[in-house]
Amino acid sequence: MDIDVKKVAMLSRIRLTDDEAAELGPQLANIIGYVEQLSKVDTDGIEPTAHPHDAAMPLRANIVTNGNRRDDLQASSPKIESGLYVVPKVIE
Amino acid sequence: MSWETVIGLEVHCQVNTDTKAFCGCSTVFGAEPNTQTCPVCLGMPGQLPVLNTVAVDKTILTGLAINAHINLESKFDRKNYFYPDLPKGYQITQFTVPIVEGGYIDIPTKDGGEKRLGVTRIHMEEDAGKSMHEGLDAVSHIDLNRSGVPLMEIVSEPDMRSADEAIAYLKQLHQLIRFLGVSGGDMEKGQFRCDANVSVRRPGEPFGTRTEMKNMNSFRFIKQAIEFEVVRQIEIIEDGGEVIQESRLWDSVKSESRSMRSKEEAHDYRYFPEPDLPPLRVSQQEVDAIKAGMPELPGELRKRFETEYGLSSYDADVLSQTREISVWYESLVAAHPADPKRCANWLANELLGRLKEAGKDLADSPVSAKRLAGLLDRVGDNTINGKSAKDILDDMMESDDDADAIIEAKGLKQVSDTGAIDTIILEVMAANPDQVAGYRGGKDKLMGFFVGQVMKASRGKANPGMVNQRLAELLKG
Repeated sequence: MDIDVKKVAMLSRIRLTDDEAAELGPQLANIIGYVEQLSKVDTDGIEPTAHPHDAAMPLRANIVTNGNRRDDLQASSPKIESGLYVVPKVIE
Repeated sequence: MSWETVIGLEVHCQVNTDTKAFCGCSTVFGAEPNTQTCPVCLGMPGQLPVLNTVAVDKTILTGLAINAHINLESKFDRKNYFYPDLPKGYQITQFTVPIVEGGYIDIPTKDGGEKRLGVTRIHMEEDAGKSMHEGLDAVSHIDLNRSGVPLMEIVSEPDMRSADEAIAYLKQLHQLIRFLGVSGGDMEKGQFRCDANVSVRRPGEPFGTRTEMKNMNSFRFIKQAIEFEVVRQIEIIEDGGEVIQESRLWDSVKSESRSMRSKEEAHDYRYFPEPDLPPLRVSQQEVDAIKAGMPELPGELRKRFETEYGLSSYDADVLSQTREISVWYESLVAAHPADPKRCANWLANELLGRLKEAGKDLADSPVSAKRLAGLLDRVGDNTINGKSAKDILDDMMESDDDADAIIEAKGLKQVSDTGAIDTIILEVMAANPDQVAGYRGGKDKLMGFFVGQVMKASRGKANPGMVNQRLAELLKG
């Protein structure tokens, strides 16, 4: 199993040095290879498991239960301006 | 040899619930930034989503209205990508088993027939927040009020063969979702947004490579973007090149599209089952109950208005635009059954026009169906003429008086008495001897001048039909 460690790291927004990537590559391949054994199991005629708990989803009533807690919720944010989160520039 | 265009559409439509898809935050548009958020829609650790029951019901209703199959068990998945307006780092969506599959929308064709366009699926998902870049230098601003608002993504088959067909499909769908009351459909507020997959091929050949035009929210721009893209692709192929599969963004200012390659690199969503949500199960009984509550749909209504009330296809179309208008129209007809066409004219042209000018919806109309019917009764029995009726409607928009009271107070009763009309005509003729001579000398067009003068002299109250008739008689000399 060949893994593009740099790509996986980029998708996960994890910065890796070349050394780290070289070290992690075989480890990830090992893990995937281990799990890969599952693909040998014959699953014909077996219903896929959607969720480990065999429970139907509970639903929420369409009623507003949350008020404005902006100050509390933004307390841990590094930077706020006029109630807006400030992040490094993102542009299409 | 000619080219054939192939178009498939993905519509993101906001479901109009009071609360978000997975938490109890309000969805009201236009609130102060970040005042409608909570730990769930902010993606804080340890928070669990609980799905809004009304979002489920409305998505099912939409599926039923396009004759689709409802999956009694559907599943949720995570679509992973990093963007600051997506605080969890993933969007909860339905990837493997959507709640709605199949279905179709019929669009009118130029030859008066219909073309059936397939719908692949409708799945439920949540919206992201809003990023703002304009006027900012090195930063972007994020408002997460929209984060977690419920969406339906309606995915079509690649069945459209022209930009016009694509627009016709979108308009039908847009009308339908508003009719069903499942979405406000306000395109300016982003409640109805469209991605268009476009490719070209020689007729009969397999599909060409497609590009995806992202996130358009105006019918005009969508049409322009598709037409631009078709020309661009044909030029590439005819010049010996190959179309690259990519996402493109329509620039409505420059009227051109550009590649979004940056986004392309990150296009690896690594979907996996949402572990926080067990399967969504609905019973056939619940689906049947939703079906039983489904209103008459626009297409059926339009046809019924044409046959039952003898309306023109244009009027029938206008009056079936929204459920609200159709219900209003039928209560007007109930109150003024003598002339359904007159009801249609006065609602579609006069009342809706005045409401639009005043920036009001039909729901806020100061004139009720009953009060408008009272006015139409007086038009019908010739108590007033059309011109006076329009003035009276203007008054009714500003007061609570009914038509009869205004007619009485302003003395607007139409003059249909031959003697009175003749008196006015003779006065007008006496005051304009040159025109009388001109008319008698063959200038037929002067008739309009005389009608105008007589109506003016009667302060608009003369019966126009009688004025015309008596003028023709008296001018003969």
